[in-house]
Amino acid sequence: MNAVSRQRLVVIGNGMAGMRTVEEVLARAPVRYDITVFGAEPHPNYNRIMLSSVLAGEKQIDDIVINHLSWYAENGITLHTGDPVVAIDAAAKTVTAASGLCVAYDKLLLATGSKPLMPPLPGLDLPGVVAFRDIADTDKMLAAAQAKQRAVVIGGGLLGLEAAWGLKRRGMPVALVHLMPTLMERQLDVEAGTMLQRDLTERGLHFFTHAQTERVMGETKAEGLVLADGRTIPADLVVVAIGIRPNIDMGKAAGLDINRGILVGDDMATSNPDIYAVGECVEHNGQVFGLVAPIWEQAKVCAARLAGDQIAAYATPALSTRLKITGIDVFSAGKLAAEDDADEEVVFRDAAKGVYRKLVVREGKLVGAVMYGDVADGGWYFDLIKGDKTIADMRDHLIFGQSFADQGCCGGAKPGLDVAAMADDAQVCGCNGVSKGAIVKAINEKGLTSLDEVRAHTKASASCGMCTPAVQAILSFVTGADASAPEAMCKCTDHGHEYVRHAILDQRLKTQDAVRRALGWKNADGCAKCRPALNYYLLCAWPGEYVDDYQSRFINERAHANIQKDGTYSVIPRMWGGVTTPDELRAIADVADKFNIPSVKVTGGQRIDLLGVKKEDLPAVWGDLNKAGLVSGHGYAKGLRTVKTCVGSEWCRFGTQDSTGLGIKLEKLMWGSWTPHKVKLAVSGCPRNCAEATIKDIGIICTEAGYDMVIGGNGGIEVRVTDELTRLSTEAEVLEYAGAFMQLYREEGHYLERTAPYVERVGMAHIKAHILDDDARRKALYARFLFSQSFAQDDPWAERATGGIDTHEFQPLAVVS
Amino acid sequence: MMDWIDIGTLADIPRLGARTVETHMGQVAVFRTGDDEVFALINKCPHKNGPLSEGIVMGRKVACPLHNWVIDLNSGEAQAPDEGCTTPLPLRDDGGRLLLGLTPAKKVAHG
Repeated sequence: MNAVSRQRLVVIGNGMAGMRTVEEVLARAPVRYDITVFGAEPHPNYNRIMLSSVLAGEKQIDDIVINHLSWYAENGITLHTGDPVVAIDAAAKTVTAASGLCVAYDKLLLATGSKPLMPPLPGLDLPGVVAFRDIADTDKMLAAAQAKQRAVVIGGGLLGLEAAWGLKRRGMPVALVHLMPTLMERQLDVEAGTMLQRDLTERGLHFFTHAQTERVMGETKAEGLVLADGRTIPADLVVVAIGIRPNIDMGKAAGLDINRGILVGDDMATSNPDIYAVGECVEHNGQVFGLVAPIWEQAKVCAARLAGDQIAAYATPALSTRLKITGIDVFSAGKLAAEDDADEEVVFRDAAKGVYRKLVVREGKLVGAVMYGDVADGGWYFDLIKGDKTIADMRDHLIFGQSFADQGCCGGAKPGLDVAAMADDAQVCGCNGVSKGAIVKAINEKGLTSLDEVRAHTKASASCGMCTPAVQAILSFVTGADASAPEAMCKCTDHGHEYVRHAILDQRLKTQDAVRRALGWKNADGCAKCRPALNYYLLCAWPGEYVDDYQSRFINERAHANIQKDGTYSVIPRMWGGVTTPDELRAIADVADKFNIPSVKVTGGQRIDLLGVKKEDLPAVWGDLNKAGLVSGHGYAKGLRTVKTCVGSEWCRFGTQDSTGLGIKLEKLMWGSWTPHKVKLAVSGCPRNCAEATIKDIGIICTEAGYDMVIGGNGGIEVRVTDELTRLSTEAEVLEYAGAFMQLYREEGHYLERTAPYVERVGMAHIKAHILDDDARRKALYARFLFSQSFAQDDPWAERATGGIDTHEFQPLAVVS
Repeated sequence: MMDWIDIGTLADIPRLGARTVETHMGQVAVFRTGDDEVFALINKCPHKNGPLSEGIVMGRKVACPLHNWVIDLNSGEAQAPDEGCTTPLPLRDDGGRLLLGLTPAKKVAHG
């Protein structure tokens, strides 16, 4: 199609910077070049920023591939992966790869990235020491996590913290060593850095700050670290994440001017006009680069120049930082602190909520912002900093955020982002440098309707994902769809769980139909996802008033037994605290005989499971069990399941308290309650913890001094050890604190969210503020729980066996012979 | 020929619910929607034979209790991307009496 012979563009480096430049070149001058790409890694181009999410188990490698192999093929790009370039002949204009392949170029682009900065420590070459840089490093860390070994991370910056958190999420005990007194000191001030350390400590990371590493221990493999002060930290995996340095090997090979990085001018050309360089390998105006936003800018300028533009020039944009640790929100941009007397700092602090923000004002303009806890206004502050305009007229209330500042003109505070008030050139996606105007244009011109489409067409929110709520808000604003919501409950609505729960209370919505009408549900009946959720939310919000809708319950909660794969059911009577009697056991045996129940099994929750019961037999089975005093064990419910106990001080020679008795009291308190997801408790009579209380939703560990209460554990797919809540001295206190936590979870948990993810989502500080710091709040929660329980504690089996409820459920409508 | 069998009344089935009917063709699930429409399907999900009568009914669909496949009450077809179909049976609301259309037993025995 083009008779003129194309020029040859060779790219060394198949990473984010290089491929972004190629994409930009293709967009500007699709037929100008024959493009050849060399990559040292054996993968297509992937999003290196998201490796920490892969490590944390939130994404798979496939999810973070930016350009699939098909993209290279479709664009006629010749790709050589796993074949690093080893030599450049700048005079002959050729490059030679490790395989011996020699390719000639007209223009050469160096995008070789960086290497991990390795401190000069003895022992760094031992097996078990890794950097955190690429997929291979991530694989090594995941393998170590699988073996459940101990890890230590050197470096308390963004990368080190994300590595540590990822490994923790994978179940490893993790320590982090940081040279400076506070974490992320280049992005956060001392106060925010301290809050970050406190929150991460609460989540189980161990910190050694102000700590100089002296050497890696071990003879044949890494066995831990020795610090300069003599302390040792045992570990099988040592992750070095103290920073990066530009990879300048290729620059040297080509004889280019080099300092810390490969020197480039505003045109992104090196000292050889036919060789360009972008990304972490370059140095521009004395600066080297690690964040993605300036690199995208470089890619744009470099591509323009390669496409023939003579004017495009690079200037480093203002930078902002966010941390990718689920549930921890940190933002900073510009100056971290006042630098002299002329600068002013404005500080807002709400310790109970874990919120902190500091603004730095110079000559009537905003020049810096540090935020912790609530970072929704980060983008707005960042725009003000970049805008370089006077903020004198809103100086007094600037610290309270955008919605407050806008009140004067809009007449009322709007939650979240005010899209209408955003300037068209306001940057929305910092990673990819996408403005509001660009997103609006793409939505309008291409008729986009979903977040995925906007991502595909604009790349906004396609890198770190932090701007997703803002992109969603713009999409909603332009398409007129409902206001921005985090994640919709289901396809029937755009609202998230939180919004719906608040609306139920605020608008006093008391039936499912009322909720669906008031909130504009798309399907009149709802669906199998939202109906059980709404039923629970209404039951929790209006105890004694809302009439439980059985047709909105999953079959197990409708039939009060567990459906099995063959359509039969399993029946588990409650055994309070795991204690039973010969009479109960005889009744269970008789029932198993009488109804030909094929399988009898002891459960993990200290009870007996009768498996293979025909549905029509259920009421009679329950009737016989009821006669022996056995009631429903709710082994099928999103509600209280079991309270596992050990024998405690009654029998055990190590027992410190009556753990069995306390377990029974807790079970009597909580049975019959409906909760967002199932709830399991355990009470151990001593710190040997035979009842495994540390992987339960609520665990009590008895000691000579009293009772340690722990919460948020889980022994399921993702094992999570509980967080410590508090130490109590009487059984009465245990009941009150446990009941209060149960109610807090009932009121705040999303439907089908176990306590483990709930605790991670809201944070321990939030829970402590409600349960520990404020006696009145705790007592009110406990009172609401007791009130709710007064309507919940009827044995559903008795109601059906002899009470005549729901008889239709268990009988066929007709038998046609 | 079709045998129309009286299986009961609309009121016998809970709204947004289902009941079962034992027949020579196997167990049949009889559904009642929020708009009081009624449908009958062979009570086996095309996926793993789950009892559809135990599922949550929404619009003209039911979600199988075993693995949440969504089945169209009218056609018996699974909702994409899942693929499969269970047999729908004719069902008439005749002045409040529900009449289920069954093929005569003899034919089925030979089919």
